[in-house]
Amino acid sequence: MYLDPQCETLDRDTLERLQLHRLQATVRRVAAHVQFYRQKFADLNVQPEDIRSLADVRRLPFTTSADLRANYPTGLLAVPYDATLRLHTSSGTTGKPKALFFSRHDVDNAAELCARSFVMTGITRKDVFQNMMTYGMFTGALVTHYGAEKIGCLVIPSGPGNSERQLMLMQDFRTTFIHLTPSYGLYLSTFLEKHGIDPRRDLALRKAFVGAEPYTEETRRKIEEGLGVDVYNSYGLSEMNGPGVAFECVHKHGMHLWEDHFLIEIIHPQTDEPVPDGESGELVLTTLCREAMPLLRYRTRDITCLIPGPCACGRTHRRLDRITGRSDDMLIVRGVNIYPQQIERVLMAQPGVGRNYVITLAGYDELTVKVELSEAGFDGQVENLVKFQGQLADKLRAEILIKPQVQFLPPGSLPVSEGKARRVIDERTM
Amino acid sequence: MSDVKLVAVFAENKPGQVAHFTRILARANINIRWVAVASTGPFGVMKFLVSDPAPAYSALKNEGYVAKLVDALAVEVPDKPGGLHAVADLLAQNDINLDNASGFIANNRAIMVLEVPDAAKARDILAKVGIRSLKQEELPVFDRA
Repeated sequence: MYLDPQCETLDRDTLERLQLHRLQATVRRVAAHVQFYRQKFADLNVQPEDIRSLADVRRLPFTTSADLRANYPTGLLAVPYDATLRLHTSSGTTGKPKALFFSRHDVDNAAELCARSFVMTGITRKDVFQNMMTYGMFTGALVTHYGAEKIGCLVIPSGPGNSERQLMLMQDFRTTFIHLTPSYGLYLSTFLEKHGIDPRRDLALRKAFVGAEPYTEETRRKIEEGLGVDVYNSYGLSEMNGPGVAFECVHKHGMHLWEDHFLIEIIHPQTDEPVPDGESGELVLTTLCREAMPLLRYRTRDITCLIPGPCACGRTHRRLDRITGRSDDMLIVRGVNIYPQQIERVLMAQPGVGRNYVITLAGYDELTVKVELSEAGFDGQVENLVKFQGQLADKLRAEILIKPQVQFLPPGSLPVSEGKARRVIDERTM
Repeated sequence: MSDVKLVAVFAENKPGQVAHFTRILARANINIRWVAVASTGPFGVMKFLVSDPAPAYSALKNEGYVAKLVDALAVEVPDKPGGLHAVADLLAQNDINLDNASGFIANNRAIMVLEVPDAAKARDILAKVGIRSLKQEELPVFDRA
C-alpha cells in the first residue's frame, strides 16, 4: 500500500533531478537567510551557483551537533521568528539542548512522511494507534501522532510507562498498533507475561513501530513473540524532523529513506570521505524540503550502510540497513573500537541469559558485561556456571576482539528502563 | 529416579545472601535439613535439603530467583570409623565419580548427601551391600521428638 504512489516509486533519474532542484533551492535560501551558513560558504569559497550536480554536495560544509548548540537558540533559523509554528529540542548530556524549529509547512511534511511510513506497512484509517513514546519536547511522540492523524487513525496519546494503564487502554479501545522504544517493548512483553495476558488472544494488537534506540534482530524477534505483533524498525532523529526519516516496508529488509526530502551521504567518520557503495559508514543527511531550519550535511553519528538493489515493494527510495552503532556510543577499550550493539547481538543469541545487560568499564580498561542468568542457563552446579561464563566470554571476544569479564546476576537485579536504556557505565580512571 | 532432590539456587556472593534465602524459606514454612554453599568470585550456588522440595523451589522462583531441583542421594552410614569409607570405596570400585559430598549427624545417625552423575545406579549398588538411601519423605525421622 502506498500513501503517495507516484512519489514513492519515482524513477531514479526523476528523483535525482528533483533532489538537485531542491538542494539548489535550499542552498540559495540558507545563503540568503542564515548567517552561520553564509560564513561557512565564504570560508570554503563556495557559492550557491557552484552546486550543479548532486555530487557537488561535497563542496558544502558539514553541520554538526556542536554547531546546533553553538547557534542556540535561533541562530540557524531561515524564516522570521514569527513564521515558526513548533519548537522541539534534542537533549544532550551536557549544556544547552539543540533547538529545532518547524514551520507549518515543516509540521505537515513531517506528518506526511510518518503517514507514508505507516501506510507502507498496511495501516489504514480503521487502525487504532497507542503512542507509547514520550510526549513533550522530544519529537518521537508528536510527529508520529500527527502522522497517524493524517491517515485518520484514532490516536491514543498514552506516552510511555505505567504499564497497567497501557494494558487497560489497549484492551478497552482495541489498540491495533503501537510506537515504542525497544527497551520498553521488552519490558512490556515481560509485563504481559507476568499478568497472564496472551496478546494474541486478549488484545487486538497487530503492529509495533520500534525505534529511538538501536536494537538487534534478536530483540525484534523477542518483542514480536512477547507482544504478538509484527515489529517494524524505524529511523529518525530530531534534527531531521524526528521519526519518519526511514521506515521498513512489509519486506522488512532495510528502511526506505524518503529521498525526496533528504539527501543521503555515507562517509568514513574519521576521514570524511565517501565510502564505496554498500559499505558501512556515518550517515550524513541534508534536508531538501525544510523551511524553518534547513540543515546541510548533518552528521548524524549513526553508523549504517545502504542496501544495494531495488526493493520488492516497488519503492525507489533507497534502504538503510540497521544502525550498527553511533560513533558517539563507540567505546575504545584497550585501543579497540567497540559498539554496545555488538555485545547485545551476542547476548540476545545466547540461551540461558536474560534480555537486560549493562557494560561497565572500570579501573584501567577492565570491561565487564553484567547479564542476568535465566533458568535455561542453570543446572544447579556452580562449576557449570563457571564454564558457561567462560564460553560466553569467548563468544564476546570473537565479536569485539577483547575478552571481557562476564558477571551473572539473578534476574531482576539490573535496572529496568521504561525509556531509553542506559547500557554503558564508564568509570575508568584515566 | 533419584531418592532425594536438593533445591539449588543461584546467588550473588555478597553479605546477607544466605540470610536472604533462608528468610524466604522460613516464610514459606520450610524446614531446612542441610545446606551447602559453593561460591566462586562474584557468584555462587546454595543447595538446600528439605522435606518437601517442590514448595521450596516455588517459593524461590516466585521471588524471581533462578532455582533448580538437583538429584542427590541421602545415604545413612554407620556412625563409626570406616563408615564413610565403605560408601566411597564401593562407588570407586564401580567407577562412579562423587561430584559433591558432605555429611551431617542427626539423632546419632550419620547421613551423607551425595551428588553423583547417575543417582539411581549408585543407589542400587549401595543397596546391594545393605547401605540404604533415604526417600525424601523419610527425612523427618531425624527430627528430635
